[in-house]
Amino acid sequence: MASKHKIFVPSDTTARSVGADRVAAAIGEEATLRGAEVEIVRNGSRGLYWLEPLVEVEVEVDGRRLAYGPIGAGDVPGLFDAGFLTGGAHPRALGETESIPYLAKQDRLTFARVGLIDPLSIEDYRAHGGFRGLDNAVKLDGAEIVNIVTESGLRGRGGAAFPTGIKWNTVLNAPGEQKYVVCNADEGDSGTFADRMIMESDPYTLIEGMTIAGLAVGATLGYVYIRAEYPQAIRTMREAIERAEAAGYLGTDVQGSGRAFHLEVREAAGAYICGEETSLLESLEGKRGVVRYRPPLPAIKGLFGKPTIVNNVISLATVPIILDKGAQFYKDFGVGRSRGTLTVQLAGNVKQGGLVEIAFGHTLRELLEDFGGGTATGRPIRAVQAGGPLGAYIHPSKFDTPLDYEAFAAFGAMIGHGGLVVFDDTVDMGAQARFAMEFCAVESCGKCTPCRIGSVRGVEVIDRILDGVNEAANLKLLRELCDTMVVGSLCALGGMAPYPVLSILDHFPEDLRARDPERRAMGEVA
Amino acid sequence: MEQRSATTEATIRALAEANAGRPGALLPILHAIQGELGYVPESAVPIVANVLNLSRAEVHGVVTFYHFFRTRPPGQHTLYLCRAEACQSMGARDLERHVKEKLNVDFHETTADGRFSLEPVYCLGNCACSPAVMIDEDVHGRVTPERLDALLGQG
Repeated sequence: MASKHKIFVPSDTTARSVGADRVAAAIGEEATLRGAEVEIVRNGSRGLYWLEPLVEVEVEVDGRRLAYGPIGAGDVPGLFDAGFLTGGAHPRALGETESIPYLAKQDRLTFARVGLIDPLSIEDYRAHGGFRGLDNAVKLDGAEIVNIVTESGLRGRGGAAFPTGIKWNTVLNAPGEQKYVVCNADEGDSGTFADRMIMESDPYTLIEGMTIAGLAVGATLGYVYIRAEYPQAIRTMREAIERAEAAGYLGTDVQGSGRAFHLEVREAAGAYICGEETSLLESLEGKRGVVRYRPPLPAIKGLFGKPTIVNNVISLATVPIILDKGAQFYKDFGVGRSRGTLTVQLAGNVKQGGLVEIAFGHTLRELLEDFGGGTATGRPIRAVQAGGPLGAYIHPSKFDTPLDYEAFAAFGAMIGHGGLVVFDDTVDMGAQARFAMEFCAVESCGKCTPCRIGSVRGVEVIDRILDGVNEAANLKLLRELCDTMVVGSLCALGGMAPYPVLSILDHFPEDLRARDPERRAMGEVA
Repeated sequence: MEQRSATTEATIRALAEANAGRPGALLPILHAIQGELGYVPESAVPIVANVLNLSRAEVHGVVTFYHFFRTRPPGQHTLYLCRAEACQSMGARDLERHVKEKLNVDFHETTADGRFSLEPVYCLGNCACSPAVMIDEDVHGRVTPERLDALLGQG
């Protein structure tokens, strides 16, 4: 009688969006039918999304996992016929999961456990190195923790890339009885899903990182502000917080340290602007998500007017491994002033989309070609939008740029939150330019005029250009409008929404002109 | 009818009072109301304002600022269609035209039979399996017009 076979079927949103639940159910039914003893674990996703649903089987003798994917519910009887429970050959067999080149070539630090463990199991989390950072942190005083984070070179992974340790130090030194740690999980940029993956697949990493942040600056309360578009992440985080409290990792006495840290999930309500940190704070306070003037910095006067750390999910989820393995370990990855790893998200029209955590310094081309495998449609790549809807469209001539904050900034682009959205040669860049302005108009908080009015005018001017109305004059006007928005807007929404437009004017001008050649000719005369 | 609205108002007040002690209580209260009723009725504004000691204008301002809150009852199911760039690169614009034609509604509208409300959404975080839609709380990836028709048939 064979012992129980352990099978992993991801429970992550993307895996489920392509049928993982049906696959898990089919495996259960088929096993019952055949009298096979199986234990189905709903792990998180490995992030090899083009292979989802990815089914893994644990090899009894050494605990290695063998992968099969992508698997549909209809493939399940065939998998049993092929003897997949004992690693049998099958056309969809991928060999050992860890040896799949896409995964083997990565530097998984922040994502070390993602896809490996049962997301809500504290035992699993501990068994795979979880809470070791916190174990170290409780023995240190706040300044010592802040020094380690500063020394590691970690910069804000939400997009602004501000040094995390410096922000923490400001909060540490700000006077105040009550301080807060706020996690910005309002991951609104198209092409990004790293935050969602952490929250759904390894929620305790974020809890541990926030707790360490609390211990570092003397904050006793933290909020995770999660977008409403992520219902599963909200559920998972709430459940994980409850379990962490019950196990003594959160609460009035964190791991016997005598220090308190409480955590609460707050659900956002579908406003992109609330990913901007001061809007987010307004929203947490129960107000319209309208941007605040700065100064004062949130680190000094943040949530409810108190000193507040506001960090992105990935920044906070990276803190545990830094506290576990040391600043030098983390700093040894990366190049220049971009230390550690970047969680790249390959998205859009890409053959092998997914999450690639890799040290800074690899080129964009390596990501798009070696990992991404080109476009999903098999056509040439025409453009890549990096850094979300406010990021430039990058022309293939720039694909040899290394992933490095400064190298991207040097040509007007940004890495942002690490999302790369790939477009093939059928893309209409004029339509993309129009969308950039349209999106800004929909999502502007309305506080400052360049953003609120400028974006509406931007759509109108682009429409006129495409319709061939005074093309040359309107192209000039569009540049002036972009310039006004860039220099005059209060925050990054109005200040950066012109970047995709400008990148199209500079690198894809053939698409941002009159669509009717005759009118174009007339426009040039006018 | 009058009785039903009295019950609704009692529900709203109870939800508001249950959450009123939380710091920054307004969003949690509005979420609780929409979670219970499916929308935030206009009649909720004065009640919530009263419980939190805010002006009606402040509450109205918050309800209308956030795309997620709606002030009219939705259809039986809500179809959120992603309009953002990753989905655009994989045919979201065609999918949008298809669904509007199929359901004969524009964004923020509900089908004549009351089954589906159509809402735009800017990213579901499913960008490696674009284009994506969410029906109620279930996300679907790699959606073609045919697959969407099948999903709508089940709904």
